[in-house]
Amino acid sequence: MIETDILIIGAGPTGLFAVFEAGLLKLKCHIIDGLPQPGGQLTELYPKKPIFDIPGFPSVLAGDLVNNLMEQIKQFQPGFTLGEVAEKIQKLDDGTFIVTTNKGTEHKAKAVAIAGGLGSFEPRKPILKDLEFYELEDRGVEYFVKDPEKYRGKRVVISGGGDSALDWSIFLSNVASEVTLVHRRNEFRGALDSVEKVQELKHAGKIRLITPGEVIGFKGSERIESVDIEVNGARMNVETDYFIPLFGLTPKLGPIAHWGLEIEKNAIVVNNALDYQTNIEGIYAIGDVNTYPGKLKLILCGFHEATLMCQSVYNKLNPGKKYVLKYTTVSGVDGFDGSRKEAEKAVVKAIE
Amino acid sequence: MSQDVTIYITDRNGQRHEVQAPTDMNMNVMEVIRSYELAEEGTIGICGGMAMCASCQCYILNDVVSLERNPEEEAMLWEAYHVKDNSRLGCQIPITEDLEGLELEIAPEQ
Repeated sequence: MIETDILIIGAGPTGLFAVFEAGLLKLKCHIIDGLPQPGGQLTELYPKKPIFDIPGFPSVLAGDLVNNLMEQIKQFQPGFTLGEVAEKIQKLDDGTFIVTTNKGTEHKAKAVAIAGGLGSFEPRKPILKDLEFYELEDRGVEYFVKDPEKYRGKRVVISGGGDSALDWSIFLSNVASEVTLVHRRNEFRGALDSVEKVQELKHAGKIRLITPGEVIGFKGSERIESVDIEVNGARMNVETDYFIPLFGLTPKLGPIAHWGLEIEKNAIVVNNALDYQTNIEGIYAIGDVNTYPGKLKLILCGFHEATLMCQSVYNKLNPGKKYVLKYTTVSGVDGFDGSRKEAEKAVVKAIE
Repeated sequence: MSQDVTIYITDRNGQRHEVQAPTDMNMNVMEVIRSYELAEEGTIGICGGMAMCASCQCYILNDVVSLERNPEEEAMLWEAYHVKDNSRLGCQIPITEDLEGLELEIAPEQ
């Protein structure tokens, strides 16, 4: 069982920054996220787009902001459970919590901070007969490329017309024995360099492109053996080991909607701007996932909420203990890894 | 003060609403729908208006606005569900004075 002080659900900017504020108060954090990488929406939806309202950054790419946050929290050594969705929560008699993911990983924490943004990202699925059968454990349909090595030497059919379909086709063309990319249109929507790279790989014979085409069915008794593809009204059959439809992800509040929390307009109600605690003591909701009068779904507001949440957890865990707010410039930052960052001392020296 | 425009929006339950939309606040149709709460929060404007999710897909019911889609919008609609010839993404339709009398219906949830 993973044990921590604050268990954060959601590795978006708000959840990541909470690690920093908790670290200043000597509280350890562990983060669960359903996506295989940290960053939430910022890395999943718009890594290459700029954000203009992060204080102090006239412009910052979403992906860079996440990288910066990861760098900023590094010395507080957060733990990560990625690619797993927090599914169940249990409050023990001593006020601590056990949160279990869909993969059965258990986490014990003194407080839980839900920084779930719009919810967990679920793949948009194609509407296909027998999809449920082939979705099961290693029968060949996958919605995420979690472990590229799994595809080494295998045949892969990827479907979709966006960045993730392009990027994974490019990546797997060096891993898989055969990559076929199927898209309903001849045109793709993605970063220019990705589109050009796929073009190049197509000419080099490393990616087989089927456009305008659509996967319309499967063959295979135990697991997938081939897919049927409709191309311009005609049908063809392509043998494959894996079919990876990458039609984007839609966020759903998911299992946390059933944790007994007060929900309003698909968001978790918190005690207005005090410490963002929910109706269950010890469970907080910060960032886009919460709602209260005057709520603004902005990253900068999430940072503020994360900070207040950490102070509240500290006070709860250390009742009556004296504490004054510290400025990092004055006190420096002591990492759990033994590192220390501090301002350079001014010299006191006569100028002659 | 610039004039508000009147827009007629049929929600996902089939109810028609007449709403006033400001033309001077850099708003789009998706944001107008959200500001009047005509679709449940969390089911519309998920990507924030980047033409990346199709949660604000609308059917345009009169010729007040062009059915011509911009390239990003077009690409998103290729991958969306319930798409018709008169589909547009609400986030890609800025509210201007030309929109007076626009009639549209919000497409079903993706």
